[in-house]
Amino acid sequence: MISFHLDVRSGVAPYQQIVHQVRQALRLGLLEAGDQLPTVREVVGTLAINPNTVLKAYKELENLGLVAARPGIGTFVLRTLADESLAAHGPLRLELRRWLERARSAGLDDESIEALFRDVVRSFQAEGVA
Amino acid sequence: MTAVIEAAGLGKRYGQNWALSECSLAIPSGKVVGLVGPNGAGKTTFLHLAVGLLQPTSGSMRVLGARPGASPAQLARIGFVAQDAPVYAGMSVRDHLRLGAWMNPTWDTELAADRVAGLGLDPNQKAGRLSGGQRAQLALTLAVAKRPELLVLDEPIASLDPLARREFLQDLMQVVVEQAATVIFSSHLVSDLERVCDYLIVLVGSRVRVAGDIEDLVATHYRLTGPRRDRGRLPGDQQVIVEDHTDRQSTFVVRTSAQVLDPSWTVERMGLEDLVLAYMARAAADARRPKLAEAR
Repeated sequence: MISFHLDVRSGVAPYQQIVHQVRQALRLGLLEAGDQLPTVREVVGTLAINPNTVLKAYKELENLGLVAARPGIGTFVLRTLADESLAAHGPLRLELRRWLERARSAGLDDESIEALFRDVVRSFQAEGVA
Repeated sequence: MTAVIEAAGLGKRYGQNWALSECSLAIPSGKVVGLVGPNGAGKTTFLHLAVGLLQPTSGSMRVLGARPGASPAQLARIGFVAQDAPVYAGMSVRDHLRLGAWMNPTWDTELAADRVAGLGLDPNQKAGRLSGGQRAQLALTLAVAKRPELLVLDEPIASLDPLARREFLQDLMQVVVEQAATVIFSSHLVSDLERVCDYLIVLVGSRVRVAGDIEDLVATHYRLTGPRRDRGRLPGDQQVIVEDHTDRQSTFVVRTSAQVLDPSWTVERMGLEDLVLAYMARAAADARRPKLAEAR
């Protein structure tokens, strides 16, 4: 079971934040086919949000073919978004951590690290397209 | 969708002063409705009219298809918590539940007991010794245990600290899921409403300034900033809520269901708080205008 969190100031609609967090969990293998999502009652009980927000998020996940609602029981994961690449996550994560340590000791703060990372991702994507 | 609360030309006057005037709206069922406005706007008057504690001076109101307070059967379908969550200080939590069971034909004894246990309230505790948050939750329990179709809460969280506030809203949203009730609650803080409400009524200076689905409201209001321009030169479908001009620049808050395509504007979407503030600013501007006319 996963739990959701909400950033009201982010400007991203709350239902989209829930959709995103489920997709993220599916991608990282935290949720697998057959797993149950928190019930609407549980989500509103922790986040203090309108139940329709949760229903809307679950509906969208259903439309994406990721989950299915079983009336009266709950909402269940149909398929994950994790693929063969999941096995490579561990080593990559480790390398990234080492890289972060080097960036830190070189004097970069979080903001500079993020800016650098985004910039490299962007230029990498641009090269890929070209 | 059927309307839970319908008002047509509704007004309430105290002496010379209209606490509420020309109020016309239809609130769909199944919503969590936020009634927002500054202190003295008429929020409490509106809610008291809805539960039958007040009679209108003009116009009419129907709540769950009947005149508010028309019959005991109608009252049984409405749960009401007045401002500051009043409880009897000298009575224990258990005695409050006993009183609730005694006075309400539709009382759910088990639900009330479960809630008190779930909230961690000691049944023997005198209500006067409860914390603000616990008192609010006891009052909500009394309103909820009659299994109302409509729950009316007047400033339920205004006096609570942030943690108690959050806990109250968590609990309230669970009630909405379990009982499929429509909820209307008032607040002078928009931040309270943002997460939990899906329908908004802005009440300022005794008048309803805007009412509607929050998603629709947020999707149809824009802030336009650009070179100075008269409001007369905006497209007809853009309803101006407020405007502000310097010698070079104009800022408009407009409501429109069409897209804003004019490239000379910087177009921004508005959060709920800014939207409410725009309607409050408009109300303040409206209030100044007649005085200027008199001065002339």
